[in-house]
Amino acid sequence: MIVALIGVIALVSVNALFLIWMERKVAAHIQLRPGPMEVGFHGALQTVADAIKLIGKELITPEEVDRPIYLLAPIVIFLPVLVLFLVIPFAPNLIIRDLNVGILLIFAFSSLTVLSILMAGWSSNNKYSVFGAIRSIAQNIAYEIPLLITAMSIILMVGSFKLSAIVAAQDKVWFVVIQPLAFLLYIICATAETNRAPFDIPEAESELVAGFHTEYSGMRFGLFFLAEYTNMFVVSAVATVLFLGGWRGWILPPVVWFLIKVYAIIFLIMWFRWTFPRLRFDQLISFAWKVLIPLAFVNLLVTALAIKLF
Amino acid sequence: MVAYFREMFVGLWSLVAGMAVTIRYFVRPIVTVQYPRQKLTMTPKYRGHIELIMDPETNTHRCTACGMCVRTCPSSLITVEGVKVKKKKLPVKHVIDYSYCSLCGLCVEVCPTKALKFSNEYRLAGYQRQDMVIDLMARLDAERATVGLPPLPIPTPESEEETTSAEEKA
Repeated sequence: MIVALIGVIALVSVNALFLIWMERKVAAHIQLRPGPMEVGFHGALQTVADAIKLIGKELITPEEVDRPIYLLAPIVIFLPVLVLFLVIPFAPNLIIRDLNVGILLIFAFSSLTVLSILMAGWSSNNKYSVFGAIRSIAQNIAYEIPLLITAMSIILMVGSFKLSAIVAAQDKVWFVVIQPLAFLLYIICATAETNRAPFDIPEAESELVAGFHTEYSGMRFGLFFLAEYTNMFVVSAVATVLFLGGWRGWILPPVVWFLIKVYAIIFLIMWFRWTFPRLRFDQLISFAWKVLIPLAFVNLLVTALAIKLF
Repeated sequence: MVAYFREMFVGLWSLVAGMAVTIRYFVRPIVTVQYPRQKLTMTPKYRGHIELIMDPETNTHRCTACGMCVRTCPSSLITVEGVKVKKKKLPVKHVIDYSYCSLCGLCVEVCPTKALKFSNEYRLAGYQRQDMVIDLMARLDAERATVGLPPLPIPTPESEEETTSAEEKA
């Protein structure tokens, strides 16, 4: 268990460092720039240098903040992230705990992010932070419903919450072929759940400075950043398990296949960010309630009917 | 109901079209140049400071040290000194103080032998004002060196009295 914990912490840090570098590279190449090039091979060590600088920075606690909540928020956002890795099946034998409620555990614990964003926004005693927190809660509640319903249609087909069972059920064909609409809905909701562009209104920098983490500095801000990129990895890993056949593949070892699929989905999410402009708040909410949730329900109904009939 | 679905599909299609544009840019080669290590060749029309043209036939300059550029320069930053060799005047010194130059180009236009042109030099930075004083004869020698020629011999007058100094820097 200790080994697993150390492994997870190592994976989380390396993944975040890699993803920040990847994000900057993807952004740069879409804009015909080379991106970071100076530190290490093609700027590969740039994020390491940035992280060292971030650790060295002063931890500023503004006056009149709600101290205990203000200090707890970065920890609350980061802890559930570690729990999520408990059930992710990287390979047939590379699961820390193959729980039979695996997918439920992931969705339950990832909802805690909302609580932490509310804590951070409210305790900062800053109007922009509160705005960011309010938006984030409205958004996450709206988008969690279609996310769960689309996951539900897969669970109906498999008949199990166990992630390894979901992967095992895709031995003939990946679920993305049978459920393309569910995959599309899941990717949209996952982008919104991780507060990524074009759904990044909780931290819309052009209107809210930095949203809920405006008042955080140094490594406290670093933890929010780390959690954001780790959440991205988790939602992509869940998408891989639900729709892309998990660790299934040819020739290469299963872990490599799993990581290739996860990073492909992360690339897709980054590609979204550098293509689409940010949605307005009312557009965002009406899109969730008027389009995503009805479609997800229809998809679930059709799936249930098909299972009953065939 | 139809309008609802049409809006959804039109919207989705516009998103796909947008992503097609960005992925095309993603795979396109980058245009940024890593400056100190990579340099672009400057366009021949670029107007840097003036320099002497190396005549492709004689591999030397066409300057006759007449002093027209010196007199025309509104900032009086050109210094030319010439000597008479066999009834022909040749420059021994052609120096500009680039820090006063406004790149008006009057010196290039007025030159009767078309001996001057704008250089392509754009990397101009110095630690002191003296760094902006450019010796055009030395630049010509450097250009001659690139085609494997020795520096121009310093013209020596036939007799001491014939040395003239054409218009010192005012």
